[in-house]
Amino acid sequence: MTAGLTTKKRVRGGVGESPQRIDGIPKVTGNFAYASDLYATGMLWGATLRSPHPHARIVKLDTSPALAIGGVVTVLTQDDVPGRDGFGMHVPDQPVFAYGECNYWGEPIAVVVASDLPTAKLGVEAIDIEYELLEPLTDMEEADRLDSQTRRMKIRRGDLTVSGEVVAEGYYEVGQQDQAPLGNEAGLAIPDGEGGVDLFAVSQWVHSDHMQIFPCLDLEPEQVRCHPVGMGGAFGAREDVSMHIHLCLAALRTGRPVKMVYDRAESFVGHVHRHPARMWYRHEADRSGKLVKVEARVILDGGAYESSSNAVIANAAYFAVGPYKCDNVSVDAVVVRTNNPPAGAMRGFGGVQTAYAHEAQMDLLGAEVGLEPLQIRRINALGSGDQMNTSGQLIEGPLPTTELIDELAAMPLAGPLDSTDPRHLPGGTGLTTDPRHVRRGIGYGVTIKNLAFSEAFDDYTDVRIVLTPMGVEVHTAACEVGQGMVTVIQQLAREVLQIEQVAVVWADTSEIGSAGSTSASRQSQMTGGATYQCAVELRDQILSEYGGDELTGDGIWKDGQLVVTLAEVCALRPPTHELRYRHPETFVTDENGQGSPHPAWAVAAHRAVVDVDPELGLIKVVQIDAVHDVGRLLNPVAALGQVEGGTAQGIGLATLEELVVVDGVIKNANFTDYLLPTFLDMPHVEVRWVEEPERWGPLGAKGIGEPPTISSGPAVAAAIRDAVGRHLHRVPVLPQHIVGV
Amino acid sequence: MEITRPRSISEALDARAEDPGADLLAGGTDLMVEVNFGHRKPNHVIALRKVEELAQIQDNRIGAGVTWARLEHSRHRALAELARTIGSPQIRAAGTIGGNIGTASPAGDGLPWLAAMDAEIEVASRDRGTRRIPWNEFFTGVKQTALEPDEVILAAVLPDDVPENQFFAKIGQRTAMVISTVAAVVARDNGGRVRVGLASVAPTPIRATRAEALIADNPDPSETVLDEFARAVSEEVSPITDHRSTEAYRRHAAGVLARRLLERCLAS
Amino acid sequence: MIVTFTVNGESRVANVAGDESLLTVLREQLGLPGSKNACEQGECGSCSVIMDGALVTSCLVMAADCEGSDVTTVEGIGNDRELNAIQQALLDHGAVQCGFCTPGFVVAATHLFDYNPHPTSDEIKEALSGNICRCTGYGAILRGLEELAEGSA
Repeated sequence: MTAGLTTKKRVRGGVGESPQRIDGIPKVTGNFAYASDLYATGMLWGATLRSPHPHARIVKLDTSPALAIGGVVTVLTQDDVPGRDGFGMHVPDQPVFAYGECNYWGEPIAVVVASDLPTAKLGVEAIDIEYELLEPLTDMEEADRLDSQTRRMKIRRGDLTVSGEVVAEGYYEVGQQDQAPLGNEAGLAIPDGEGGVDLFAVSQWVHSDHMQIFPCLDLEPEQVRCHPVGMGGAFGAREDVSMHIHLCLAALRTGRPVKMVYDRAESFVGHVHRHPARMWYRHEADRSGKLVKVEARVILDGGAYESSSNAVIANAAYFAVGPYKCDNVSVDAVVVRTNNPPAGAMRGFGGVQTAYAHEAQMDLLGAEVGLEPLQIRRINALGSGDQMNTSGQLIEGPLPTTELIDELAAMPLAGPLDSTDPRHLPGGTGLTTDPRHVRRGIGYGVTIKNLAFSEAFDDYTDVRIVLTPMGVEVHTAACEVGQGMVTVIQQLAREVLQIEQVAVVWADTSEIGSAGSTSASRQSQMTGGATYQCAVELRDQILSEYGGDELTGDGIWKDGQLVVTLAEVCALRPPTHELRYRHPETFVTDENGQGSPHPAWAVAAHRAVVDVDPELGLIKVVQIDAVHDVGRLLNPVAALGQVEGGTAQGIGLATLEELVVVDGVIKNANFTDYLLPTFLDMPHVEVRWVEEPERWGPLGAKGIGEPPTISSGPAVAAAIRDAVGRHLHRVPVLPQHIVGV
Repeated sequence: MEITRPRSISEALDARAEDPGADLLAGGTDLMVEVNFGHRKPNHVIALRKVEELAQIQDNRIGAGVTWARLEHSRHRALAELARTIGSPQIRAAGTIGGNIGTASPAGDGLPWLAAMDAEIEVASRDRGTRRIPWNEFFTGVKQTALEPDEVILAAVLPDDVPENQFFAKIGQRTAMVISTVAAVVARDNGGRVRVGLASVAPTPIRATRAEALIADNPDPSETVLDEFARAVSEEVSPITDHRSTEAYRRHAAGVLARRLLERCLAS
Repeated sequence: MIVTFTVNGESRVANVAGDESLLTVLREQLGLPGSKNACEQGECGSCSVIMDGALVTSCLVMAADCEGSDVTTVEGIGNDRELNAIQQALLDHGAVQCGFCTPGFVVAATHLFDYNPHPTSDEIKEALSGNICRCTGYGAILRGLEELAEGSA
């Protein structure tokens, strides 16, 4: 590698700054094109017929009444799928359309395509369909007993005959959370007139969608092109295919562009949800509080189809103990198949559920041995050089759990209750609570999460960088879902190439290789890492070619003199470099879950201060203090945005959000009764960063997307327990649980 | 769909008389929720938003078209308090007290106040003129009222002797934009008599009359009597368990809320 | 039916078929997709507009009822060349992530600052309690607007 970066004034907008995002102006002026805003001349609309039963046999399906409606162009069912009849993140177990049998409430059975959306919806209502009801399997413990599962995991490590003098046992439940991104599912498919189709639909991973779509259409891969589009958030809800295959079929069948947009009620059934969980734990420790053995049994309800459940249960199992040293661990974890709505990826991905359990357990242990919550965690803290408690994997990169705990302990506590205004009290403007009714509680959540994909998954990111006279182009198929990866890519390219003008070009599946999923907190490290590495190699190539020692926006310099302008460098053709970036190799574990399944981890430590009105069970989260293990802070404002946003979702699961599913039917598929945190529900969030660079990734940066969601909820739950002195075992914690009626 | 845009009350009454099946549209905060999800498909809508006559506040008469945003500044303390909690700022700017009365949801936030104030609902029809219906005769069941198909709600009318000493509280799982789990209004007059209005604990808004009688006998209640009062309220309500809350919690919370509100009245 | 009303200062004509909302008409007929359809129940604020001086959710306004009304959408507030102070503040503070809630916040916050140029933090939070954001946790939005509130009149 040639000479490092120079004495010249560094270009603006590099690493460590928080430059304005390039899509910011369109977003604040209402001009940004989301998938739901896309339009094509001659466009038709699609609407979906969905199963009103969690389990039923279709005994009659007659689409002719729909076809008879003026304006209805076609109706698609499974009979219209020319290729493979199913799709799925891991296995293609979900049919494109339900046929014969419906396995969950809301499962798509047909799509009506018409000249406008109201007509398409009329068509849906007109379809003549009859069902024979079947008994739905809806209880996850019963499913476990019946061995209706998509993956069972067993972790056995160390000597399980040992015992500790101090024992804490607990049973925990985590309700079903929904990602609820504000941007509903939407997409537009445009046939190319040559038998192929271009798809513009919400996604977290266009190449994964592509791999699932073209086999169903019985087309060659190059005949289907999936394009990244503007999206209103994801949080896991866009990782799976939803309307994608339906749209492509409709466009190919009609020869016209077809658009679909799910409204909020349909969105709730149109994507996968977080897995609800039941967990049984036994922690044994010695008198000093050091963990001796941990045994856990975990059931996650995966719903009707597998989606990414195989990986979610793995995370739940590998992180069942948390960031604590323990050499004797037994975990039995299973993700079951039921007739409940399918579960899949949601921010935290299995780590969220077991975090509630292990953090509650640590508090119980601490109480038994007379240690404060942070003390019991500190004496057990896992660090670099230790072995992962579940898999036994050697922790080779940084894992500053102790530093995080110490940093958190040093953060000043929020001030006393400000009773001057009802908005500062539990119950808020509902005026339920006077200051004398309030008890304050403090709770902690210290957690660990893998970064990027695991268990030998071939996790890579392709990037192409082109140098033009106008500046740099970074080509990627990575899906920007709102998190700000687009800015980080620019910053990294600027940092290396010292050219301020950086355009991020969203490429479709035919133009570039996969960038992998926007999930698992991986894009900063993977697409960011690819960008950085690719830029370094491109720069080095150019400098070497021209004998220069420095590259800037003006051109190539040697010994302080500009020797070639950028325009001259690009005269023949723009220098281009492509790179496929991989993280360190990971491995499948053995039959006892032992091995090296993860490429890196991040830890997080949160403290929650919560005021509670115990008589009414109302709460107000006053403050969250958070310390995050970020490796290297690339963009402080964006990182803070991830912590605050992730914390809001953690608070949501802890106190507000639950999909109420009764006998397989979602009862609150709307924003009136699925409660998201509002401005008045959010506390102040105070954040500190610990930067111990990771071994790989751009400049040692670690992903930040998921850790705040995993740590915040358990901290809030613990704070509520602290305030009321009751062992609350379920989240979301509801007023009736706090009161005990 | 047909729309009629009356410019006065009498035009509105004409329209309703001509087509008793027509839907009344004020702020749209209830009707449009049903329309947007296809649960209601009106054939004919009578739009009342711009009928200024309906949106007057005079002394003890609050026009049906008055929005919650305006009522946040009401001189009636508990009404101002409850207005502030309805929906969101956007909902309050559009939603009206008349709409709240007409929808007659068991959780309607304005309704326990009307109950506590012993309000009457003034309605009118082209053919039979105006009449006033006491609140407890107006609200007949879950989303059911005594309003005839050809009638329009004109106003909420209060008696002359409405107590100034009145407080409101509402429990919801979230601090904003939430349908109440329990809501209550307690008012205390100069003679020490109290009125306890409650919502979300019965098919209609109710008054906890037995609890009120307890305080009538004990106008300067001790802690023990306040405990009894809370218990009496808990026993008088008939809440249900639904996806928002449980019967047991609502029963418990109704008693606690009523007691706290009474304590505020006593401290005033 | 034909409905004539003013949108962003211009007289517009909509052909309303039935009971569709103002939001639907803005997005599908009038070429103004800036207002968003995240819930269509009045529970998220992403469709907020200012109508006849009041901040309302356009999903709950029946388009047929807009005859003669005056509506301002996000497209009528600032533009690519000259953002209003709210838009600039949101951008400067990283308050825009996916941006789906942003038009609603721009409209609601513009309305707030029009009648209260120096709101307290609590007033900001309450005035915007009808606008849901799923990405930011509201922190950056608050910081941007607090700084604006402290600024000169």
